Amino acid sequence: MTVDETIRSVLADHARLAVPAESLADDTDLFGAGMTSHASVNVMLALEDAFDFEFSEQMLKKSTFESIESIRTAVSEMTAG
Amino acid sequence: MTTALTAPPTMTRSGSVAARMAAIADEVAGPASADVDSRARFPTEAIEALRAEGLLSALVPAALGGGGATLAEVSEGLVALGRRCASSAMVVAMHHIQVACLVRHGDNPLLQDYLRELSERQYLLASATTEVGTGGDVRSSICALEVADGRFRVEKQAPVISYAGAADAVLVTARRNADSPESDQVIVLCRPPGLELEQVGEWNALGFRGTCSTGFVLRATGPAEAVLTEPYSDISTRTMLPVAHLLWSSVWLGIATDAVELARKFVQAEARRKPGTMPAASVRLAQTTVLHQQFVDMVRSSLMRFDEADADGDRLASIGFGIGMNALKVSSSTLVVDLVRECMLICGLASYRLDTPYSLGRHLRDAMGAALMVNNDRIMANNAQMLLVHRGE
Repeated sequence: MTVDETIRSVLADHARLAVPAESLADDTDLFGAGMTSHASVNVMLALEDAFDFEFSEQMLKKSTFESIESIRTAVSEMTAG
Repeated sequence: MTTALTAPPTMTRSGSVAARMAAIADEVAGPASADVDSRARFPTEAIEALRAEGLLSALVPAALGGGGATLAEVSEGLVALGRRCASSAMVVAMHHIQVACLVRHGDNPLLQDYLRELSERQYLLASATTEVGTGGDVRSSICALEVADGRFRVEKQAPVISYAGAADAVLVTARRNADSPESDQVIVLCRPPGLELEQVGEWNALGFRGTCSTGFVLRATGPAEAVLTEPYSDISTRTMLPVAHLLWSSVWLGIATDAVELARKFVQAEARRKPGTMPAASVRLAQTTVLHQQFVDMVRSSLMRFDEADADGDRLASIGFGIGMNALKVSSSTLVVDLVRECMLICGLASYRLDTPYSLGRHLRDAMGAALMVNNDRIMANNAQMLLVHRGE
């Protein structure tokens, strides 16, 4: 799976969105699409498992998880080097 | 003297916000407290006294006509008020929480003008966050705003709107629009003449009886600018939740402080009767004051934690800060009950009876509400979840 596919699959399993994950644009506001802060914690945990890293403290904020784009940026930062 | 240098006519007393709140606590709220409690009525005289002093706009910046007070000053005033009448103190705390949300997040001209008007007319604000059908989860809404032609419309089944009958406006949470999921909430200022409240049921509770926390069907309409721009989730994280936990804790500290004061007087009276003999409860009093000091210091340090996080912007939204502010609420709502119970053991039957100067019946009844208003189990569940991803300070 590509990074994007993995992110979408994590969102499909854990974000509990009001819309199907495949219909999301890269910049769709996930909180606007129904992801609660509780669900975002599960998304965070599942991403850490899928990519085998830990988000840094600075990344643990709402804006990191607000769209597929912002998640991809955070993932590439954490997996770089 | 120019008029600009004259104190506004409402500011009849000198002294700090906290000192003026304390004077009203002693002179007005305290004497009325038994009647407020027994009849479960709104503490009109205390609120009118605060209004006459211009204290309902204590948290509004001076530039908008308010008192420009800090949260710490209001907290200190609430401790004083909580000692004399916890119902009055809780009403005032809830009001200031709403004012803080408007001050910190009401950035458009309409809301800024409203804050000026609030300061001038000394409006009292209420809050409608809970909703029938959401199971007490204030972070989700069923009702939704309908916005058309620059106006909003909303109808909410609110299981509780404290003192709505006495309030000049209500801050209401709702879904952003009819298509929004339950968690995508906004907060909107609803005021007459566009505000209609239909009372559902009565408020006959164990404690905080003067808060008149009955249910209502709320119907409101108004200009779209009355909707705060930021999502409620951000306003809650950055202001409503931390300020609520700080100000509620101040009220509960007031209850505990009065109980400890009565316990100390009781032990001192015993000591005077038999000089040279240590009263039986004196060691328990010493232990109780240790616990009380923890409470005092926790509220103070939590106020500092808020100010420090606020100065740093991002920290207010951090997991560590959220966990800390939740811990404050759970801790203070537990401590207030522990302290009142200890004080009852110190004062014995004199505290259990309802007709002695050492009676702690109302303290106990009020204190028991603290863990239930936003249930501590729910707060612990939230912290449990945040701890799954917390990285430590």
